Amino acid sequence: MKSTPFDIIELKEMARQIRRDVIKMLMISKSGHSGGPLGLADVFTSLYFHLLKIDPQNPKWEGRDYFFLSAGHLCPAWYATLARSGYLPLSELTTLRKINGRLQGHPAPAHTHGVPGVEIASGALGQGLSTAVGCALGLRLDKKSNRVYVILGDGELDEGQNWEAMMTAGHHKVDNLIAIVDRNHCQIDGRTDNVMELEPLAEKWKAFNWHVLDCDGNDIEQFISTIKQAQSLKGKPIVLITHTFMGKGVSFMEDDYKWHGMPPNEEQGKRALRELTPTKYGDFIEFEWEK
Amino acid sequence: MTRYQIKEHKATRLGFGEALVELGHENPNVVVLGGDVTGSVRTDLFMKEFPDRFFSVGIAEQDMMGTAAGLAVAGKIPFASAYGEFAAGRPFDQIRQSIAYSDLPVKICASHCGITVGPDGATHQSLEDIAIMRVLPHMIVASPCDYHQAKKMVKATIDLKHPIYIRFFRDNSPVYTDPSAEFQFGKADTLIDGKDVTIVACGLQVWEAILAEEILQTEGISVRVINMHTIKPLDADILIKAARETGAIVTAEDHQRHGGLGSAVAEFFAENLPTLQEFVAVNDTFGESGTGEELMKKYGIDKDAIVKAVHRVLLRKKNR
Repeated sequence: MKSTPFDIIELKEMARQIRRDVIKMLMISKSGHSGGPLGLADVFTSLYFHLLKIDPQNPKWEGRDYFFLSAGHLCPAWYATLARSGYLPLSELTTLRKINGRLQGHPAPAHTHGVPGVEIASGALGQGLSTAVGCALGLRLDKKSNRVYVILGDGELDEGQNWEAMMTAGHHKVDNLIAIVDRNHCQIDGRTDNVMELEPLAEKWKAFNWHVLDCDGNDIEQFISTIKQAQSLKGKPIVLITHTFMGKGVSFMEDDYKWHGMPPNEEQGKRALRELTPTKYGDFIEFEWEK
Repeated sequence: MTRYQIKEHKATRLGFGEALVELGHENPNVVVLGGDVTGSVRTDLFMKEFPDRFFSVGIAEQDMMGTAAGLAVAGKIPFASAYGEFAAGRPFDQIRQSIAYSDLPVKICASHCGITVGPDGATHQSLEDIAIMRVLPHMIVASPCDYHQAKKMVKATIDLKHPIYIRFFRDNSPVYTDPSAEFQFGKADTLIDGKDVTIVACGLQVWEAILAEEILQTEGISVRVINMHTIKPLDADILIKAARETGAIVTAEDHQRHGGLGSAVAEFFAENLPTLQEFVAVNDTFGESGTGEELMKKYGIDKDAIVKAVHRVLLRKKNR
């Protein structure tokens, strides 16, 4: 990124702030997904405050790394991250899922009434890997050094288009692409193993001619070092099977698929915010009861 | 006699393939996606000339549309091509979200459209594609009437800021338009002027309309023939003028009667100037194997069907 990358202490603090932001956004919108965004706060923070080459003041900067969120329902964490890194005013986080706002329930790009920093719409699952592969092919054609990152949900891998795109990426040896699979073992109906068995997941990606790495997505240091390792790999696209806990940071939400698609009510939100202690970055809104 | 002379027979899909090669030379950002049927859809010509800018995705049209969208995000000008059913029907959700909602200038070029794809049968006869593409916001929908127009149309896509769906046909068909005539999306051509009735056609039915006019003029009926090459957006001015001056409309297309060109024209007139209209289209049924010519006759979308529709609409006009 164009500004100085955050150090580990700052990143951990920012990840907690983004979790607070997600809870507050959902308490205001009373609609949206809690579990996945909380689980991915460390990954989003690491990407936007340490790893990605970006210029939030100039979202279309040609030298940028391209980021895609295939599992669009995870957008509360993405919006909070975009606001915290300067793409959006912090005050806009009050508008999630509200009419006449830009923070759509599932993300859309700025030119179709969405937000800056979003390259393409997502939400209908299974489409983001194809677009990421296409983008990576285009950048490679121009001999650009920019990388493409895409986050995929693990439940989302049920969609067949992913496997078409995995073949395409392997076939074309798209090594400027890093896919991050959010392996939290949860989807809306239950555990992924019960809804649709994905294992042996790493072997499947390997069989489609990908480099496969494994890391703890709730350990910022480990995630960053694994991405750096991924950046050094050549000849094949790279996937990180990134182990996270749905609802991470809020004890009563952790690893419980029931929190996939549900916002906290006021009482639950208050409890969550007590567990996620305030940070030096400050909240985007102070509720009446906090004063 | 007909007012248009057939210069030769060539497929509209060939016009597409040749235009792509020209565009490839003119603009280094033009890229093409292949879904295994490159020899059929004629992207093979581009592939041979520009192998570095041609990306094979295999028989995977859903991935093709997403990959095309990603290439557009990276600043490329992608052309994605497959048979009509597999360019529109199979990847509908991918087109809807990654291309139309995201409003990316992807060019979806569908060959082998309509019942005239013939012997392959109903699975391959795309008769619903106009309906499902024109319903999408941001999407432009067009269908050229012959080889020359196909070529001009494809070249004109280069400046479009929105996604477009173009429908081509497999068979060699009459080439009769002037290669030097101007082309603009949304500006239809009046091929024959007339005062009693207007035939509004697209694709291969434009030639059938010209043949129908030849028959009808011997009966003393003065027929206007409009080539509505852009189905969305329609040319509003030419339709209003036709309705005011002839008072009777026949639409003709190689597509289901629900949702296609006829529906688009009816929607337009219902709101702007209610006008008598008859539909020449496939009548809410799937096709079958046969030659294109046999199928056009059996399913009622050839010149004879257009003549009958003109008789019907003129009777209604008389009895009004």
